[in-house]
Amino acid sequence: MSILADTQAAPVQITTRALSLLILLVLAFVAVPAFAPAYAVEAIFLPFLALSLAGVGLNLLTGYGGQVSLGSAAFMAVGAFAAYNFNLRLPGLPLPVTILLAAVTAAGVGLVFGLPSLRLRGFYLAVSTLAAQFFVGWALTRFGWFSNHSASGIISAPHMSFLGFSLDGTVGRYLLALTLVTLITLLVWAITTSPFGTNLIAVRDNETAARVVGIPVLQTKLIAFALSSAIIGVAGVLWAFTYLRTVEPAGFDLDRSFDVLFIIIIGGLATIRGAFLGAALIVAFPLILSRFGALVLGGVIDSGVQELVQRIILGLLIILILILEPNGLAAILDRLSRWVSRVK
Amino acid sequence: MAFLKHIGAAAVAAALLAAPQARADEQYFPLQSYRVGPYAAGGTGFFGGFIDYMNLINIRDGGVNGVKLVWDECETEYAVEKGVECYQRQKSHADIAAWNPLSVGIAYAMIDGVTADHVPLITVNHGRTDTTDGRVFPYVFPLLLNPYSESSGIINYIAGKEGGLESLKGKKIVVLYHGSPYGKETIPIYDLLAAKYGFTVDQIEVPHPGNEQGAQWLQIRREKPDWVVLRGWGVMNPVALTTAQRNGFPADHIVGNVWSNSEEDVRPAGDAAIGYTAITTQASGNQYPVLQEIIKTVYDAGKGNLADKTRIGSVYHNLGIVNGILNVEAIRIAQDKFGHKTLTGDEVRWGFEHLQLDPARVKALGAENLFHSINVTYDNHEGEGYVTFQQWDGAKWNVVSDWIAPDWALLRPIITASSEAYAKEKGLPIRTLKEADKVSQ
Repeated sequence: MSILADTQAAPVQITTRALSLLILLVLAFVAVPAFAPAYAVEAIFLPFLALSLAGVGLNLLTGYGGQVSLGSAAFMAVGAFAAYNFNLRLPGLPLPVTILLAAVTAAGVGLVFGLPSLRLRGFYLAVSTLAAQFFVGWALTRFGWFSNHSASGIISAPHMSFLGFSLDGTVGRYLLALTLVTLITLLVWAITTSPFGTNLIAVRDNETAARVVGIPVLQTKLIAFALSSAIIGVAGVLWAFTYLRTVEPAGFDLDRSFDVLFIIIIGGLATIRGAFLGAALIVAFPLILSRFGALVLGGVIDSGVQELVQRIILGLLIILILILEPNGLAAILDRLSRWVSRVK
Repeated sequence: MAFLKHIGAAAVAAALLAAPQARADEQYFPLQSYRVGPYAAGGTGFFGGFIDYMNLINIRDGGVNGVKLVWDECETEYAVEKGVECYQRQKSHADIAAWNPLSVGIAYAMIDGVTADHVPLITVNHGRTDTTDGRVFPYVFPLLLNPYSESSGIINYIAGKEGGLESLKGKKIVVLYHGSPYGKETIPIYDLLAAKYGFTVDQIEVPHPGNEQGAQWLQIRREKPDWVVLRGWGVMNPVALTTAQRNGFPADHIVGNVWSNSEEDVRPAGDAAIGYTAITTQASGNQYPVLQEIIKTVYDAGKGNLADKTRIGSVYHNLGIVNGILNVEAIRIAQDKFGHKTLTGDEVRWGFEHLQLDPARVKALGAENLFHSINVTYDNHEGEGYVTFQQWDGAKWNVVSDWIAPDWALLRPIITASSEAYAKEKGLPIRTLKEADKVSQ
């Protein structure tokens, strides 16, 4: 049902959408590097891009494929540590190849942890993907080789360059992240509109019916796991290499997995822009609240109380959004744009 | 229109007020504090003490030689990405003196940044051990006690209890460490000390935050070690002590490290903590003159930072005060060279590299017996802090040793080997004394 709604939109709407997307991309690629202050890029855009990409990856699996996963942070960790080790142990490897290999590694691990999905569904599958979360965290701390025997288990991001240009600066890292996110998002868009995407949705909506009409259910599920993990792995590389620049296994804990899951639920399941809207809410909204709080109440109440108040507000807002619009921010945005076009 | 005119006038007035000549001499401390989350006890105590001391300097002395100390707080919850966001947010502020994040993870993430900014990063009593080598890490200061010195101090104390370093041979020690960068920092040094003194060591991780340790203590019970070193943090500590009691391990054979030594670590454990001993660089209690002045000048004026006044003089509060003393004295020393004005971060760095407070100066600051002394140089960013041991009697900590010097001569070659390897890996120069004396404006 939802595929019809998604793909058979009126041509007029598609051109407006394409136009607004183009404007957005120009803004992101030109205006942000040129005008945005370093703080905005470092503290807002970089985590936003990394988590958006993780959301896009998880949405492929959960939103389109109906397979609930709580292992996103583990696949991010696999991507980050794989990229670090490929870069360290194969000197001279070009950056795109490093990232590609990291994605392939994450896909491999995702495939293994996707195997239970052949038998399990819903909550049971969610619990079994928790195993990925704990196993990866355990393996990365247990075997020092993964962090090159760093005493504290922390790895720091290597120098990054592409075609001779250094990407270590703020703008360089931002452009790298933005380019990867744009390309992968386009790829995911292509996937979801392809026959495979249709199969995926069919498996989500009714597995038995899908099997009856001849869709290879097992294969579809496993490919979804592999693809989703690969994308989330790249998100992990972005988180580690472009945003924090240092990484410890504890940074990819269960909380991060929940973050990614909340992003797609709040943003809107089975939509691509939902991941971006959700990530914007999760990354930027707490910062706006905290800066506003510090500005208004900074001298009056201490930062701990402010933090708790912010959490309460954010929690209330999330509940409110989900009650008013269970399909998430993407649906709210659709409503808004319909309202705007009617006013016009 | 009249309304617009008003706005215009107000804007002009605001612009005039904000004119640079109106700005007083100030030195700003960005505080990446944590007052919520599992480590709030450490955060509120430490940052409370630090703020109380800065308030004392501002109220009693009118600042450091007339330069007011100012600060604001940004909540990190001890989480790296939040700390990094705070760093990005607060670094745009003018006149930064030094960073004090009180988190190994956040400090690691800031090393490249502060080095580029030329602003010092203080990790008192913790941090990355090889940053002790100021030749490679010009802007990072694990003041008073780095993790290796702490480990050496603890092993020396255990040796003293066993009858000398020779008696360690054949003994078995378990190190129970917090599953974080901070906790893991000492794994190699305990292995090395075990090999050197002939005891066996087994290092067991407790996953963050550490409120469930049944499996770990079951393993300890099976192994029957002679001593357990508790390298905990926050809620992990009382849980360790109560679980030890349940498993029948005696508290007086558990030695806590410098982040397992506070009242907040032992009180929740009740009588399971009686007899437990821990290392410290600063004694607890409020009998020291500097604390009495803080109570009189800051708390009696209603400007104290701790909500719970019974925590005045607790271990974390006193560490915050000692940290305040070290930061303020570094500024004072730098001011004596560069003038009594707002200093650049690099000038404050020079001050930290000349932060030499002998016991006489410590006494003059009202902190005799609160901490021993410090002797920072351009190539030793730890500053040879002394340690002492305190035992919990169920109501308060009692000092049970003299001031002890860790075995710096043993540790230094390991530290320089690590820092030089880091310099090589990152392509960093090894700084000389002459370069350290050059100060950028």
